Amino acid sequence: MKARALQALLVAVVGLAPLVAPEYWITLGSYIGLYTLVTLGICVLTGIAGQVSFGQAAFVGLGAYATAWLSSVYGVSPWIGLLAGLAVTGAFALVLGLITTRLSGHFLPLGTIAWGLSLYYLFGNLEFLGGFTGLSGIPPLAFLGHELKRSVEHYALIWSFVLVALVLIQFLLGSRVGRAIRTLRGAAVMAESFGVNTRALRVQVFVFAALLAALSGWLYAHMQRFVNPTPFGLHVGIEYLFMAVLGGVGHVWGALLGALLITALKQVLQSALPQLTQTSGQFEIILFGVLLVVVLQRARGGVWAWISQRFAHWAPEPEMPVGAALPARPHPIADGPLLQVRAARKAFGGLIAVNDVSFEVRPGEILGLIGPNGAGKSTTFNLITGLLDLSAGEVRYLGQLISGMRPEDIARRGIARTFQHVKLLPNLSTLDNVAIGAHLRETPGFLRCLLHWERAEERRLLAEAARQIERVGLGQDMFRRAGGLPLGKQRIVEIARALAADPRLLLLDEPAAGLRYLEKQELAKLLSALRAEGMSILLVEHDMEFVMGLVERLVVLDFGVKLAEGPPAAIRRDPKVLEAYLGGVA
Amino acid sequence: MDLQIAVLLAQDGLTSGAIYALMALALVLVFAVTRVIFVPQGEFLAFGALTLAGLQTQKLPGTVWLLLGLGAVAFALDCVDAVRRRRPRRLLPAAGWQLALPLLIAGTAAWLAPMRTPLLVQIALTFLLVVPLGPLLYRVAYQPIAEAPVLVLLIVSVALHLALSGLGLLFFGAEGSRTPAFSEASAQLGFLQITGQALWVYACSLALVGALYLFFERTLRGKALRATAVNRIGARLSGISTTAAGKACFLVAALIGVFSGVLIGPLTTIYYDTGFLVGLKGFVGAIMGGLVGYPAAALGALLVGLLESFASFWASAYKEVIVFTLIIPVLLVLSLRAHHDDEDEE
Repeated sequence: MKARALQALLVAVVGLAPLVAPEYWITLGSYIGLYTLVTLGICVLTGIAGQVSFGQAAFVGLGAYATAWLSSVYGVSPWIGLLAGLAVTGAFALVLGLITTRLSGHFLPLGTIAWGLSLYYLFGNLEFLGGFTGLSGIPPLAFLGHELKRSVEHYALIWSFVLVALVLIQFLLGSRVGRAIRTLRGAAVMAESFGVNTRALRVQVFVFAALLAALSGWLYAHMQRFVNPTPFGLHVGIEYLFMAVLGGVGHVWGALLGALLITALKQVLQSALPQLTQTSGQFEIILFGVLLVVVLQRARGGVWAWISQRFAHWAPEPEMPVGAALPARPHPIADGPLLQVRAARKAFGGLIAVNDVSFEVRPGEILGLIGPNGAGKSTTFNLITGLLDLSAGEVRYLGQLISGMRPEDIARRGIARTFQHVKLLPNLSTLDNVAIGAHLRETPGFLRCLLHWERAEERRLLAEAARQIERVGLGQDMFRRAGGLPLGKQRIVEIARALAADPRLLLLDEPAAGLRYLEKQELAKLLSALRAEGMSILLVEHDMEFVMGLVERLVVLDFGVKLAEGPPAAIRRDPKVLEAYLGGVA
Repeated sequence: MDLQIAVLLAQDGLTSGAIYALMALALVLVFAVTRVIFVPQGEFLAFGALTLAGLQTQKLPGTVWLLLGLGAVAFALDCVDAVRRRRPRRLLPAAGWQLALPLLIAGTAAWLAPMRTPLLVQIALTFLLVVPLGPLLYRVAYQPIAEAPVLVLLIVSVALHLALSGLGLLFFGAEGSRTPAFSEASAQLGFLQITGQALWVYACSLALVGALYLFFERTLRGKALRATAVNRIGARLSGISTTAAGKACFLVAALIGVFSGVLIGPLTTIYYDTGFLVGLKGFVGAIMGGLVGYPAAALGALLVGLLESFASFWASAYKEVIVFTLIIPVLLVLSLRAHHDDEDEE
């Protein structure tokens, strides 16, 4: 509750400041608000989704120029100018996002540098936009016939937008889509295995950040009532990113803090170096450049990370989520096989990692997939879940061909997996991590999550996640940071996350590695219970004792080739298996 | 447009394209070894050309102070490291190249600057003043976070560009300069005039493409350097010093940058911020080559130069717009060719 109090205090300060502050300060306050709108976009784009853009200033420019041109030349209402600005910016961002989203991370920032420059020169050279001298005579905004001309009115309007944006972004980040956005930074492969369409989400986030920038540009144009290319150049775009990084790029309050600090710093520099007024600009950028390097080297979390560590105990107590149960898939009772792998082959260049392997998983059984290191077990897993493409052969699920499908679509059909190298989001709680597994079981999209119009669905998702955590016996770790749990428990969290997807087929990649003896027994009990409920499980494991006591059948791989298949007792006596494992019959 | 104009434009485009190619080579080199996207590469070009121009007017250029300052900061960082790791002996060579060498160079520059020295001496002095900035920048800005994700390194690069361009304005002022050509030779080929300076530019670019290609594709040492970018821990375990590799390639990058500056200085007026645009055009070229291969990057950069030259004939005001918008179709093509990554990178 203390955090709530802090937010209320902020609103009060922002709201009451213009009553006591001089005119000049109010204008500065308006600028801080305009910058904050842009840095909030960067917070989501860079801090949460891990994409970098140096071109946000160009988006601001698009928003500003669209309304400036329409309203000053054609006398169109600024509100139509807003829509036009958002539409143009959205279209630009959509195209750029679609183009760069398939490329590795550094192509997007490079693209934004290049087109940030190109838009700047475009603004400066288009005759109808006034060239480098710009456009003037932009009308002020009007509400119900009242024109906003005083600086305090601009201040009020701008900060209303900022506060709404702050609230909405917090809604977004705490939602189903917000959890998915967090996976974009370093855990996209995992997210795809649980049905997150990471490409579409990347584009959505990029467009969202661009629209916030365009909104800031619209407000700027009608406050300043004059636009020229200078405030939309690349260096300003870099400065926006700098604000976000200095404030703390992973958090909305960091965005606000960064805008505030940089604006204040500029003021101080300009008044402290009066004798250097002619050259203060260059000192400013030298200092900013050096400061940014130092921040990235010493305190990558920015100022907010430093503050929030000191006030961590102010965070509200987490509440146990309560909600109705989600509908579950019926487990098939038919006789036919659940999963069929037929002559699957995967070649990496000359190396054949999986060589014409065939096997099937029957409903309600635990099938063990064993083999020495490098036998191709994990590759087989990745072929089934669609992370790798088959070189030849096919995979069928309930008779339907699933090889060639994208991981999202395979996940949608009821196949969930864990990873040999644990892929959790270390800074999220166990609960949030497990809730990612249930991603496909509710549908609210970006807009509904932004408006927090998914309260019922969100409650059901979290309640389901909580139930799965209780089921695997991690109830007391529900609200702890997943990255702080011991490795054995992290593996169990992975199982809970897979269970949250309500799978028919569970693929477990070495779940017992790193577990202690008693924990292994607990895990074996859990897996037996799941089987009793009708779940089918494909288990890759090294620990023979663990596997032998648990599974109905075993498939043995060696050097990518299937060596043997059968019940544990027969496998134990198989001479080929003994040779592979022990180097010859003893 | 008739043939004569087309040929002249092509010649012009090839000359600037060759400079962009030099930039592109340095960028690919730095990226391939350190994963740093070295946005301030162009600043070496501007610093080189303007330092030379400063020496021509018999003034001591501001780069002297940057050299001394960076050296001192680098040495201070090494001192902190040495205390932490209790290895004071390492400080001796550090003091040598970070303090003594810059002092020696600065002293020589201060002694020679007011004199009327031959062009070659001035060029040599320019190299001595600017090239050490490369490894010093690596030591100060990148080495402490060499393991950071590519994106963090990229933001550091952009911050460095910001600081360096501010320093450039401080050192050299807002006015542009030209330097004298170091080859006065010139030959007439029909209507085409070929200057010795342009030939120098072509020859150097070609030689560097060849040398870098051979080094990285055909020698063990080159392959070892590439390995450091792919897997830093692995490289260190197999005995490759990633720090030394980083410093070495920043040295080469600075060398290429200063060299380009000295080459281009007589052909066009250089301002303190010219380097950034030239560097970025090199980038567009390097990206055309997918940021991987040297010949591909050089070809891409040549194409940028040609495109720019023809664009300036048809729509000179939109020359920059056209060149930088070009990156979008290029990214599109790269994107269509891209394979799905199954490994995550942060």
